[in-house]
Amino acid sequence: MEEIYAKFVSQKISKTRWRPLPPGSLQTAETFATGSWDNEENYISLWSIGDFGNLDSDGGFEGDHQLLCDIRHHGDVMDLQFFDQERIVAASSTGCVTVFLHHPNNQTLSVNQQWTTAHYHTGPGSPSYSSAPCTGVVCNNPEIVTVGEDGRINLFRADHKEAVRTIDNADSSTLHAVTFLRTPEILTVNSIGQLKIWDFRQQGNEPSQILSLTGDRVPLHCVDRHPNQQHVVATGGQDGMLSIWDVRQGTMPVSLLKAHEAEMWEVHFHPSNPEHLFTCSEDGSLWHWDASTDVPEKSSLFHQEMSSHYAAQAALKLLSSSNLPAWASRGGRSSTFLSHSISNQANVHQSVISSWLSTDPAKDRIEITSLLPSRSLSVNTLDVLGPCLVCGTDAEAIYVTRHLFS
Amino acid sequence: MEELDGEPTVTLIPGVNSKKNQMYFDWGPGEMLVCETSFNKKEKSEMVPSCPFIYIIRKDVDVYSQILRKLFNESHGIFLGLQRIDEELTGKSRKSQLVRVSKNYRSVIRACMEEMHQVAIAAKDPANGRQFSSQVSILSAMELIWNLCEILFIEVAPAGPLLLHLLDWVRLHVCEVDSLSADVLGSENPSKHDSFWNLPGNTQTLTELELKWQHWHEECERYLQDSTFATSPHLESLLKIMLGDEAALLEQKELLSNWYHFLVTRLLYSNPTVKPIDLHYYAQSSLDLFLGGESSPEPLDNILLAAFEFDIHQVIKECSIALSNWWFVAHLTDLLDHCKLLQSHNLYFGSNMREFLLLEYASGLFAHPSLWQLGVDYFDYCPELGRVSLELHIERIPLNTEQKALKVLRICEQRQMTEQVRSICKILAMKAVRNNRLGSALSWSIRAKDAAFATLVSDRFLRDYCERGCFSDLDLIDNLGPAMMLSDRLTFLGKYREFHRMYGEKRFADAASLLLSLMTSRIAPRSFWMTLLTDALPLLEQKQVIFSAEQTYELMRCLEDLTSRRPVHGESDTEQLQDDDIETTKVEMLRLSLARNLARAIIREGSLEGS
Repeated sequence: MEEIYAKFVSQKISKTRWRPLPPGSLQTAETFATGSWDNEENYISLWSIGDFGNLDSDGGFEGDHQLLCDIRHHGDVMDLQFFDQERIVAASSTGCVTVFLHHPNNQTLSVNQQWTTAHYHTGPGSPSYSSAPCTGVVCNNPEIVTVGEDGRINLFRADHKEAVRTIDNADSSTLHAVTFLRTPEILTVNSIGQLKIWDFRQQGNEPSQILSLTGDRVPLHCVDRHPNQQHVVATGGQDGMLSIWDVRQGTMPVSLLKAHEAEMWEVHFHPSNPEHLFTCSEDGSLWHWDASTDVPEKSSLFHQEMSSHYAAQAALKLLSSSNLPAWASRGGRSSTFLSHSISNQANVHQSVISSWLSTDPAKDRIEITSLLPSRSLSVNTLDVLGPCLVCGTDAEAIYVTRHLFS
Repeated sequence: MEELDGEPTVTLIPGVNSKKNQMYFDWGPGEMLVCETSFNKKEKSEMVPSCPFIYIIRKDVDVYSQILRKLFNESHGIFLGLQRIDEELTGKSRKSQLVRVSKNYRSVIRACMEEMHQVAIAAKDPANGRQFSSQVSILSAMELIWNLCEILFIEVAPAGPLLLHLLDWVRLHVCEVDSLSADVLGSENPSKHDSFWNLPGNTQTLTELELKWQHWHEECERYLQDSTFATSPHLESLLKIMLGDEAALLEQKELLSNWYHFLVTRLLYSNPTVKPIDLHYYAQSSLDLFLGGESSPEPLDNILLAAFEFDIHQVIKECSIALSNWWFVAHLTDLLDHCKLLQSHNLYFGSNMREFLLLEYASGLFAHPSLWQLGVDYFDYCPELGRVSLELHIERIPLNTEQKALKVLRICEQRQMTEQVRSICKILAMKAVRNNRLGSALSWSIRAKDAAFATLVSDRFLRDYCERGCFSDLDLIDNLGPAMMLSDRLTFLGKYREFHRMYGEKRFADAASLLLSLMTSRIAPRSFWMTLLTDALPLLEQKQVIFSAEQTYELMRCLEDLTSRRPVHGESDTEQLQDDDIETTKVEMLRLSLARNLARAIIREGSLEGS
């Protein structure tokens, strides 16, 4: 883990996203957007890590990220997504969903479209109107799906003034995050620990499938779908647990990994190297999970489900203590190997080759690395694109690295 | 009451006519509320229209500065690192760590200064530019004081290197000193100067140094007395300077920007091996000589003087008065406390000075909508009043989204503040119930392990069922899992739903025994018994006998229990009659069904052999 640049930006960062690259482009990521929260005035900002004409002795690019432009945002930025190269969709704690447009020639942002009453507890028609925070947004040009604390799911289309489809009371608890499975299907996670799959082709207001953990109904906060295998989904929970699910197989997760000590806020599969997974948490750490199977040494580490939990916990406790000397300097890299636990239900077809779902524990181990040099306040958000990673914290700092896999 | 240290400043509030009407005010943790009342001073009772606004007055504007926020955030990290330094480290390694921490703080101040300087230059509005520039000079003064404290108190430079450190200090803060040293080096004996100041080698002891210096000093004096340089007045005055002659030095006052520059220069030439304890003699006299009776010392001068006198408490006190924000004194005092330099100085409220300042600083952070998260860690390291202050502050943070609430709850749970967890969860659950988000309400009561609230939520569900005849939010009730055990009412709700499911799946025998167990185990609330018995009706009327004789006796007993206990309500006659009508019909129907079922059950059980 080479250089990671930190910059204090005087606002707590709630979301950060890389601008997507044009398909077939050979460039590396250059621009990212951030949203702030908990300020009296919140901002959506665009930053650039591009070349400023300074090359260091190795010919690599120096310097940290610079602000390109920003725009005022009403309410906390609860979620942020790039709709396409120029447009950014933001979800607000006031229940409003806004599409911002970036003008590259004069480096400004402007409001392109807005749905102000996307989420509410009591509707705009009634005298006791009360809005509800919109908690998640996901885009698949031209569609935008949003979910909120009111348990409502909205399907918007860019340039349509009203919602194309709304599922009221889709959930009796708060919906925390949403992701697309196959195009007409979405998957939501809620605060009673359930995954629900919704099919927009069906007319009713019922989910087509419900999955949940047995045991305690721990709220789930984030979800991400495997980039290549549309049935594999990872979720992160309030207890810091990472779960991998196969939505075709039964209603229980395939893997349960005890990870962080507090809420896991975001989980991301790497878009081009899906053997790598990234999670960040309220406990101030950001972890890189490497399940790629080209590891030289192999040893048989088969454990029962419970004891591998403990082994994992013990190993992970070691990782999370803040005084590890190996990480005191930036270049330090300390990692551990653990086998992931498997539930009895997993019954994967042989044709599916994914280390996240594999049933052979002796073969597969996951290497975990913490990427931040020291423990800080909560890491709220992260995003990866190619060899670049960006994350934002409650200590009002943004960290960027351009050499994830060196 | 102690005397005032300075004159209080007067702030005029726009729109409020304080001459006519009396003002009302109230203190908050970091701010003050002020408004105009209708009472005017002349004591007439007429209602004079007053200014309709309530004003919030805050003293600490620094907290809202964009650039200073970076200072707060970065220093928070340094503060935490300092607290976690291993207590067992002693001696040199500990001292070097403390010095490193001090340098970190200073570099953060300098970074802030740089940035603010850039902003000041680039400011389009001159008033803004002036404001930023004055901020820059305040930060510069803070760094100056901190640096001096680092040399005198933390590094505890002994007699030899003390002057070198002071030279560096002055050089860092005053550019003009370079011109003076250029003058010195340009004189007749550069080689002697060079070799003399080869101190970094540090192979000489203090006495050796002192001897050498004495020798050199005497040589200079001889040159002066011999009038070697009488031809050139310039060189003569240079010689006088090198001998540390104060008058000669003062002649170059324009080159010396301030009195501490004068002090260090004077020490350089008259007493380079000065010991720390002797510093304050020179300091006081330097200040007096430099000012020359023309101007009075400024607050910064007093602070530096107090530092030279090694009076730490005075330094902190003066800084507290001069600066509008507690950041500087809180962090400096904390660092000095780690150097074990502060005696426990009991203040009126029982805590020591370090804790008092940290509490003030952290409370100031909590008054800010965003920086409260930093304040939490500062409270953690105040052993006496920190926890109780945190408990009070954290309950009052406004929670407008669930995500913020989750962060606050995590902070409370990590510190075992169960009372606060309960109260916050209750507030959130209540809000959820009002918004009809029963799933969210339940999830909050599960988090707080609040059985009473879970009961309330279940009652809500049951009431909805009674009114509408069907369950809302089946996805929640069907999937309660182990959370069902949280409260009896919740368990009942789950089981009742299970009964309905069994009935729907035509598993009548199971449904029947479940229904009976719900009533006999007493987890069903009494108000619901009628509904349960009514639910039993279709089972009683089935073609096959579902309830056994025993079970039927149980049901009958429940019915009698219910009807015998019903008190007479004082409602209106017609309503009462109608209700009674419905009730009596129901009861009669039940009695009939139960009786019929009993008959059939007895016959069935009687006729089967050996079952």
